[in-house]
Amino acid sequence: MAQLDSIKKNLLEQVADIHEVPAGAYSLRVDGKLFGKNNSENIEIVTKTDKQGIDIYVKPGTKKESLHIPVLLAQSGLKELVYNDFHIGEDCDITIVAGCGIHNGGSAESEHSGIHAFYLGKNARVKYIEKHYGEGDGSGKNTINPTTVAELDEGAYMEMETAQIKGIDSTNRMTRAKLADKATLIVREKVMTHGSQRAETHFEVDLNGRDCGTHVISRSVARDSSTQLFVSHVNGNNACSGHTECDAIIMDGASVSAVPEIVANHPDASLIHEAAIGKIAGEQLIKLMTLGLTEKEAEEQIIGGFLK
Amino acid sequence: MLELQHISFSAPSEEGGKTEILKDINLKISERFVAITGPNGSGKSTLAKIIAGIIAPTSGRILFDGEDITNLSITERAHRGISFAFQQPVRFKGLTVKDLISLAAGEKLSISAACAYLSEVGLCAKEYINREVNASLSGGELKRIEIAEILARGTKLSVFDEPEAGIDLWSFQNLIKVFEKMHEKTKGSILIISHQERILNIADKVVMVADGKIAAEGKKEDVLPKLFGTVTGCRFTEVD
Repeated sequence: MAQLDSIKKNLLEQVADIHEVPAGAYSLRVDGKLFGKNNSENIEIVTKTDKQGIDIYVKPGTKKESLHIPVLLAQSGLKELVYNDFHIGEDCDITIVAGCGIHNGGSAESEHSGIHAFYLGKNARVKYIEKHYGEGDGSGKNTINPTTVAELDEGAYMEMETAQIKGIDSTNRMTRAKLADKATLIVREKVMTHGSQRAETHFEVDLNGRDCGTHVISRSVARDSSTQLFVSHVNGNNACSGHTECDAIIMDGASVSAVPEIVANHPDASLIHEAAIGKIAGEQLIKLMTLGLTEKEAEEQIIGGFLK
Repeated sequence: MLELQHISFSAPSEEGGKTEILKDINLKISERFVAITGPNGSGKSTLAKIIAGIIAPTSGRILFDGEDITNLSITERAHRGISFAFQQPVRFKGLTVKDLISLAAGEKLSISAACAYLSEVGLCAKEYINREVNASLSGGELKRIEIAEILARGTKLSVFDEPEAGIDLWSFQNLIKVFEKMHEKTKGSILIISHQERILNIADKVVMVADGKIAAEGKKEDVLPKLFGTVTGCRFTEVD
């Protein structure tokens, strides 16, 4: 990866925890173009011809493999819309690391919108990790609007971890999922906004199959004058279980809205929603101060732990 | 080591006036174990919080090793060598037992070093070290983790606000052993607010607080008979 400069290498580390070309299958997109890709024996990456993006085919029965698909944007003012489709064969067990890093040193808005569609075959297991990160000393805004669509076939299991901790001025995340019999979807979302940033996340989960279930867990911190909106709709259309949890720390002059909706369309649907928004408890600060931390250090520890 | 001079504390009352919670407390603490006891609502916990800097006294001075610390913050007092164990330990979402013990020790601890502190308070370290200090832990478990943190701090003065509450499944004998070991290590003073006769029994000095004042103070042999002669037994019943 000699052609990646230090700025892009840093972005890559921030969003994918790697410094160099990952082992195995990968697709790296830099400044609106495919920078490099590699297939493995079981994972094939095909560039789309009708629009920007890739199709990924994972052979049935593929186990313990990982796929990296980071996106880096260092050219100020670049806007792109990318479609990535993941076709995961039956009985797979794989990890997918996505993520988008933006370095905006200019005054124009940089924007990445990714539409990821996952089709999980029967009993397939996918762990999907996605990090968003922005930086740069320019005045241009960094915008990331990810859409995730997931269709889980019978017995499939998907775990989705998303994190947006720093530098993204505006984000509007949409996640839609449909679950068949005995399928499970776990979502863990972490968001921190500061300055005048805006973050919206929408979850729409249709629990269609018998004995399917979902847990959607969102933890967020809103600082300064930033605003956040969390919306979840879980529809229980069969004998199923659904749980959504939104837990937010609010600071300074920030604003957080949580709009949960759980809809039971079947008598054996069991649905729970929990939501809590509040500032850091004074006794938590005091406790850490008795251990020798300053109030500021205590605050950082509490937030760091909360978003860990 | 610690000297309270004319400490008074008033809080706003429900009627709009002021309630005097502590009235002109004068106390010197330099012994190994000092126990503060007294009825509920007598002002014991307020006194402990004033020592830790959590509550500012309305009047009076606090000296620690000769230095006036009355206006020092909680953090500054912690750095001077004062530790405080809460009556009701605070819960955190996300921070683990290891995180808190490391923060208490003031350095990043190895797993084995953090586990050693947990073992001392009778917790199976492997099961607890990576647990979040949240509502999934019982009150008794939280109390013991709190004591492990004070062990990790190892300061000159350790203040415990009713350490025995909720630890009945462990034994008082073990709690007392922990205090003895703590003193061996720090050579400092351990100030314990307690109703427990067995804890009062190990104290080199017992201070009886009643109605915001020191009602009696001295060696346990002198204070305890007065205490148990004047108060109904049930409040100080020995429990194993």
